[in-house]
Amino acid sequence: MEGRKIRVIIAKPGLDGHDRGAKVVARALRDAGMEVIYTGLRQSPEQIVETAIQEDADAIGLSILSGAHEYYFRRVIELLKEKNAADIIVFGGGVIPEEDIPILLNMGVKAVFGPGTSTKDIIEWLKGAVESRRFAEV
Amino acid sequence: MFKDNELKRIAEARAQYDEVIKKTIARHPERKGTFTTISGIPVDRAYTPEHIKDMDYLRDLNFPGEYPFTRGVQPTLYRGRLWTMRQYAGFGTAEESNKRYRYLLEQGQTGLSVAFDLPTQIGYDSDFPLAQGEVGKVGVAIDSLEDMEHLFEGIPLDKVSTSMTINAPAAILLAMYIAVGEKQGVSAEQLSGTIQNDILKEYIARGTYIFPPAPSMRLVVDTFAFCSEYVPKWNTISISGYHIREAGSTAVQEVAFTLADGIAYVDAAVKAGLDPNVFGERLSFFFNSHNDFLEEVAKFRAARRLWAKIMKDRFGVSNERAQMLRFHTQTAGCTLTAQQPENNIVRVALQAMAAVLGGTQSLHTNSFDEALALPTERSVRIALRTQQIIGYESGVTNTVDPLAGSYYIEWLTNEIERQAQEYIKKIDDLGGMVVAIEKGYVQQQIQDAAYSYQRAVEEGEQIVVGVNKFQIAEEGERPEILRVDPKVAEEQIKRLKALRARRDNLRVKETLELLREAARDSSMNLVPRILDAVKAYATEGEICGVLREEFGEYRENVVL
Repeated sequence: MEGRKIRVIIAKPGLDGHDRGAKVVARALRDAGMEVIYTGLRQSPEQIVETAIQEDADAIGLSILSGAHEYYFRRVIELLKEKNAADIIVFGGGVIPEEDIPILLNMGVKAVFGPGTSTKDIIEWLKGAVESRRFAEV
Repeated sequence: MFKDNELKRIAEARAQYDEVIKKTIARHPERKGTFTTISGIPVDRAYTPEHIKDMDYLRDLNFPGEYPFTRGVQPTLYRGRLWTMRQYAGFGTAEESNKRYRYLLEQGQTGLSVAFDLPTQIGYDSDFPLAQGEVGKVGVAIDSLEDMEHLFEGIPLDKVSTSMTINAPAAILLAMYIAVGEKQGVSAEQLSGTIQNDILKEYIARGTYIFPPAPSMRLVVDTFAFCSEYVPKWNTISISGYHIREAGSTAVQEVAFTLADGIAYVDAAVKAGLDPNVFGERLSFFFNSHNDFLEEVAKFRAARRLWAKIMKDRFGVSNERAQMLRFHTQTAGCTLTAQQPENNIVRVALQAMAAVLGGTQSLHTNSFDEALALPTERSVRIALRTQQIIGYESGVTNTVDPLAGSYYIEWLTNEIERQAQEYIKKIDDLGGMVVAIEKGYVQQQIQDAAYSYQRAVEEGEQIVVGVNKFQIAEEGERPEILRVDPKVAEEQIKRLKALRARRDNLRVKETLELLREAARDSSMNLVPRILDAVKAYATEGEICGVLREEFGEYRENVVL
């Protein structure tokens, strides 16, 4: 695993079409040397998890602005557990009220980045998180 | 506009001034090496008549209400009547939204603006599997005429004008509105308002498309034709730059891509045999008002002049009312910050002022808590009060287009128009807007702009107060936020099931089959058949289902 590029799925679950943030983050991660797969709009949790497993991804980043974050994060995490892929890192961003963040973290989301986050912070965090995940595998 | 000898004297004086500047800068350097607008247009230190020396007042500006309408589409503008204060609202069930509308009307709002939830926008009923988690979240859930009846209960449709942000299924929601009007005893001729109905920007920037471009364009043109005949006061489209800008475009791209979309609609309608002198009067536009105050004022003026020229020169439109670009404005949601959210009140006020100085016909001001969640009643009220303070207290409404003649504003208006024309030429060369979208050209341009803006913020070249400068360690108490009760979805689904059991299902089937027949025959207008299905209480999902089967679904061309 040593030296393999970090692979990330960036996904827009649900029906919301506001994908500026998802695309900007995807591009910043790519510019930082990661392999990024952007799923495009209207992905079901099943499709997202399927893509992540098939692509052997290290992480899934979900972008949600519609207020449906609790539902989608929970579903993605459930599905990852069902498929024995709970070690894939799940993180996200969008318009998510601060008091919802602990709920998401409790269900196993590793980080939530709100509006105004610098992509540098996301990159740095993700590098660290993937490193510990790979260390745990060994 | 200026005499040659006067320009010569100014040029001489400028040479001296440049010497002074050199010395000044040597002692006190300027804050930056180069200054630009937020969209990247270089900005000079000071503007003079030299910058607009080729301008001709009567040709390029003229009086308000006169071609090319740079100074506005109405001769007296806000001296006659202020713009329509139209706050976009809707959430949860039809009953809840109805309450919010009545509240806003009581508070002095003069028009309604309906936000639909995502399943409604994409043509799914509330019980469709992909709708799970989304029902009633970003707008109101409308499955059938029954919901629409609840939404407008006690609101007289002959007195209130209603704007509906609906695109792919616009014809269906318009049909429901017409049917509600009929039940209230208000005829279709009396209805006034707007449906967004702008499918091209959905492919470019907002993502709530259903069908591929060709049948989508047919639906748009069918509503033009239907309304020309039966709903004459209705604005049949709101060609929207708003979402293009929110997706990260520059001001120039916003003007260029919006007007290029407009050209595509007019082209399609003309090909279908409609007269642009007639339907041109019912076209309306929707723009963003961003942070760069003067750039925004210039943008609105440039868009108005450019559209007038396009209608006159490109489409041979002689009816002046069909040359006028009338527009709604919304302040820029993407500029609002979750950090120190009260600062957003100031941002919104500046953006609203730019829209007013740009001559908007209607305005939505965003609520300061929108980067956190759906707005509360209190934050919506502050947003509305912002408009009222500008309208009634600031004095800027007492004269029309007060910034006209400013060297900078006129130069920037010219520059935005010039650059937008270049984009439109490029799109024409590619084969028109539909082809440019299919090739991903437009999406790529916008994403490049969005990415370079993000870089500028992260490098600190672009200051965002409270985010990359003037932060505070502790954000303090978060304002109270509005939540949609999860029971909304359950209730909505229960009601939908009850309706399906109660209505005349044979009649529903009949109307849907007749709609299918019309979908297969491109010479037929779809709207009357949709109206029949709506009146039989066919659901939106059922109607779109038939059209999905006949037209297929659009798959985006993902561009990164």
